[in-house]
Order: sequence, then C-alpha cells, then structure tokens
Amino acid sequence: MAYLELRDLHRYFGDLRALDGVHVELEQGEFLSLLGPSGCGKTTALRLVAGFDRPDAGSIVVDGKDVTHTSPSKRDMGMVFQAYSLFPNMTAAQNVEFGLKIRGRHRTDRHKRVGELLELVGLGEAGNRYPHQLSGGMQQRVALARALAIEPRVLLLDEPLSALDAKVRVQLREEIRRIQLELGITTLYVTHDQEEALSISDHVAVMFGGRIEQMGSPAEMYSAPATPFVAEFIGTMNRLEATVVDGGSGAVEHGGVTLTLSAARGRQRGDRVLVLVRPETVELAAANGDAGANTLVGEVITQTFLGPVTRLKIVGVDADLIADVPTAKAAALPVGSRVNATLPAEGARLLELTDEPLPDIPEEPGPAGP
Amino acid sequence: MRPRRFIAPSAVPWLIGAAAYFFIPLIATFLFSLESNTTGKCCTLHSYGWVVHNGAFWHTIKISFLLSLETIAISLVIFVPTIYWVHLKVPKLRPVFAFMALVPFVVPPIVLVVGLLGLYKGTPSWFYAQPWGFLAAAYVILAFPYMFFSLDAGFRAIDVHTLTDASQSLGSSWPRTLLTVILPNIRAAALAGAFLALAIVMGEYTIASLSQFQTFPIFLQYTNETQAYPAAALTLLSFAITWAAMLSLLFVGRKRGARAGLMTGAR
Repeated sequence: MAYLELRDLHRYFGDLRALDGVHVELEQGEFLSLLGPSGCGKTTALRLVAGFDRPDAGSIVVDGKDVTHTSPSKRDMGMVFQAYSLFPNMTAAQNVEFGLKIRGRHRTDRHKRVGELLELVGLGEAGNRYPHQLSGGMQQRVALARALAIEPRVLLLDEPLSALDAKVRVQLREEIRRIQLELGITTLYVTHDQEEALSISDHVAVMFGGRIEQMGSPAEMYSAPATPFVAEFIGTMNRLEATVVDGGSGAVEHGGVTLTLSAARGRQRGDRVLVLVRPETVELAAANGDAGANTLVGEVITQTFLGPVTRLKIVGVDADLIADVPTAKAAALPVGSRVNATLPAEGARLLELTDEPLPDIPEEPGPAGP
Repeated sequence: MRPRRFIAPSAVPWLIGAAAYFFIPLIATFLFSLESNTTGKCCTLHSYGWVVHNGAFWHTIKISFLLSLETIAISLVIFVPTIYWVHLKVPKLRPVFAFMALVPFVVPPIVLVVGLLGLYKGTPSWFYAQPWGFLAAAYVILAFPYMFFSLDAGFRAIDVHTLTDASQSLGSSWPRTLLTVILPNIRAAALAGAFLALAIVMGEYTIASLSQFQTFPIFLQYTNETQAYPAAALTLLSFAITWAAMLSLLFVGRKRGARAGLMTGAR
C-alpha cells in the first residue's frame, strides 16, 4: 500500500469543477510535483491534503490512515506557502520553534532542534533576525525549516519559489531536493514551472482542468507525453497533423509531404494522427537542391539566442517548425535563409488526433506578494 | 550631502497655525484657572487645590477610567475574534459589519439611551443599576465604530489566511492562533481602537446623565455650572489625566511590541 494516497478526489466551487477525480499514490520518501497552468487544480489538491479544505468526494490516506476529515492542526503536515508566511512578530528561531512548543517539547530539545534546522537550511547565524530583516529567499528557507521542525509525515510545498528571483530559485530548489533526500521525507510540490518540476522530482503529475493528464518520471514525461496538452506543457514541441498512408512502413502524409516514422508502424491507413517532434531533434541544413527523406522545406524567420543553443522559427510551405541548433552552427542559417528541416524517423511520437481542439495553456499569473 | 530637513519650509506656517489652534484655548483656560475664586485676580493655585482635594473628583474620574478599561476589554474580546472570523471565513459579510458600525454615528446618544433604558428594563439590578453593567454595555456600542474600523484596518494589513494556515499546519488550535499569531500582529490597530474608546468614555455625558450615573463628565458639568475658576482647573487636569492614560497605554503597547519584535515595517 502506498504511503500517501489521494483517492478519486473531487472538489467543486459552485459550477467550477476544481478537481475531477484526482488519484495519486506515492511511496514513502518520494517527491511528487503537481505541475500545471493556473487554475488546473494543483493548489486545490494540495490544500485538501493539508486539510485547509475538504473534498466533495474521495479520500486522503496517509500511512494507511484516512485523514480526509482530520483537522489541519492534527495532520502533521509541514507546509511552505507561496506567500511569505513567517510570523512577523517572531524571530527566525522563534518561527522554527513554534511547532515544537505546541508539541510540548522540552526547552533544551527545542533549542537544539532549531539550531540544527537553521544550519540545515544554511541560516545558522540568522536565528535572531525578524522576518522583515530577511530576504525573500531567506524567509522561504526559514519557512522550510519551520515546516520540517515538526517532523511532518508529508511535506507540502505550494509554489514556494515563485516570489524569488531566477538565481535564488535555482539555488533553493536544489537545496529543497538535497534536504528532502537527506531526510527521506515524502514531499508533494506544487509548481507551474516545468523546469523546476522536472529537475527535482521523482514523479511529475501534469494537471489540466482538475484532472491528472499524465503522471510519470521526469524523463517519461518529457520523452513520452501521453496527451497533446502534456506534450505542449512540458518543454517545447512541434505538433504536425498527419494521416497514416502505410501502417507497414510507418508512412504518414503531412501537407503533401510523406514522412516515415517508426511510431506510425502498425497504424491503420487513414488514421489521423498528431506527430510530436522536439525542437532539438530537428536537423537543419541550408536548402541545396532536393530535400531528402522526412524533410520539410522552409524559411528562417526568427533566431532566439538561448545560450548553448539557438532557437530558429521556420515558416514553410509544408509546415511551421521550431528547431534548436547549436549556437555555433546558427550563424550559417541566418534569418531569411531557406532551410531543409529533417524530422527524426525514430524520435517522433504519435498521438491519436481527435476532433477536440488542442488546449490553450492559460498564462500563469505573477507570484502573490506577501 | 545636504543634511535632510525634517520639516518642509512650506509646512511651517500650517504647523504654527495648527499649534495656535490647539494651544491658545489651553493657555487661556490655564490663565483663567489661576485667577482667585473670591477676588478674581491672578495668580493662585487655589482652584487646583480645590480639585485635588475634592473627593467627588477622584471618585468620578475613577469610575470613568475603570469604565473605559471595561469598555476596551469587552470590545476587544468581542470584536477581535469576530472581525478575524469575518476576514477569514465570511469576507462577504464585511460590508454588512461596516454598515452596522456606522449606526452609532447615525443614532444620537439621546435616542440610544432612551432605547437602551427600555431594552434593558427588567434586567437584574447588578446590571441595570450599576455603571459597570448598563453604562459599559452602552459604551461598547458607542465604541463599536472606532474599534471596528481600527481593527479592520489592522486585519487588512496582514495576510490573515496565510498566517492562519501556517499556524494550523504547525498544530496550533484556533485560540492559540488568535492569541499568539494574529493578535500580536494587529497590536497597533487594537491600541488605536483602545485610545479612541478611552477618549469617548472619558468624555461621554448624555448617556450617563440621562441614566443618572455619576461619571466624570457629570462632575465636570456640575462644577462648570457652579464654580467658574475650579471648572477651568478641572478641565485642564482631566485633559492631562486623559493624555497620561493614553500615553501609558501607548507605552505599554510599544514596550510589548518592541519585546516581541514588532517594529515598523515588519510586514
């Protein structure tokens, strides 16, 4: 039996279906990220686990015990919030000590534990400072130490890095992962940042419309998205609508061009499919003469420098594509040049194409201020 | 680097005007209070001696001051948890409370006291015949708008939801959350409400007079009608006592605030 189970959770706010049958199983010590755009239900799910809200249907089980109707103060869940949540009238050390005092721990034990935890989050010298004397990153470290102080059964993190600047975010997310592994604590992490989720999690669950679209390891989510939404949300993906021409050879037709893809083998002739191709798997070359197999022709319209790679947007007769090329090679493919874009026969993924429109990803609002 | 000016030059005339508006009546009252009650000539402290040695002065000012403290205590006990709950659980009711808080401004005290006398008629004499019962109940109503708007501003200045959730996730009960997390962070607002309640109760005349209780404003009015010079001395002394009470409340609040680390800009 899994350590943390979210069993078929439903939650409605009036007519809005915030959670629609969310089911998650997590083993002890694992790190799961709930990833999705604004309004997908990820924070609602986290608040149900914390006990701040109750599901309309379904249950939450921790270590074999149903806690669905247990009050938040009795759940032993440590939580770090998106907004700065330190108690302004207490020092960093007093904040960390708060939960231990409630549990009636002896003063000597409390002080020892507070010192250890502040050291763990790298703030051993800041115990006497008040929240307004700490930077945003330091406040979130103290909040993490405070959540860990009570030795929670599950650690819940609700976009704890969203109010921080990019450099601190990267640094702190690595520290969160280090501490989680060190303590072996079961962790549920909510974020809208796919890079954050992929970099620190054992499992990622992509949510949309109150449902889990797909759950798996970061590598699986990236390389084998199960739905068009996941494909679009995790990383950047080229999406080409195509029709299967020959299931035996894996030939599909897109915009008059025949592509041979191993993923199309075994499909029925006439099946409509969505071909998903990562930008880094597209090979570009200056258009000289005839295009080879699996090649679309187009013109470079923009170049975006991303450091080691440069992202090229290509508009063609056959399709619009995005391709990432090593920056050193990008100079040979300037804006306005005609290029041959070769799609990989092996790396492309195929999904059934339904009549449903492909989902738009709502823009994530900025982080909430304190 | 030029030294920073504390007061803009353009503000100086306004400050002088405001100071004159505030201090000239006080100075005039003070000079008047120094005149002899028998000869009408300056300068004697006889009127101050009369006030200080008057038992009725000490008796009534004690009643008014204790009534102030009672009003403040009852108001805080009732309104802090209520406004906290409204902010946390039923924010839609906030405008309703704000409207209700305006009612004591709209209803004149003379109407209020007639209504309260009728409402409380038949209640036990320990309540109806004692200032600590009837008057305190009336004063809590009078203080409601001041307490509500002060506390409401305090609750709006903090993130009530996040602080409550954080406290509860650490195992804290509702009362403990309110006392150890919320209350210390709205201390300034609670103090502001307390000052206003103190000032109102120390000066309230209509309700005390019509319900026939001997409070300080009743004594002040009686002295004013019978003895002109001691009345001026009494006015100044009551002014000084009220300010001293407010400053002591401020001092106590600030001292605790500093100890708890609640400083300017803590949020």
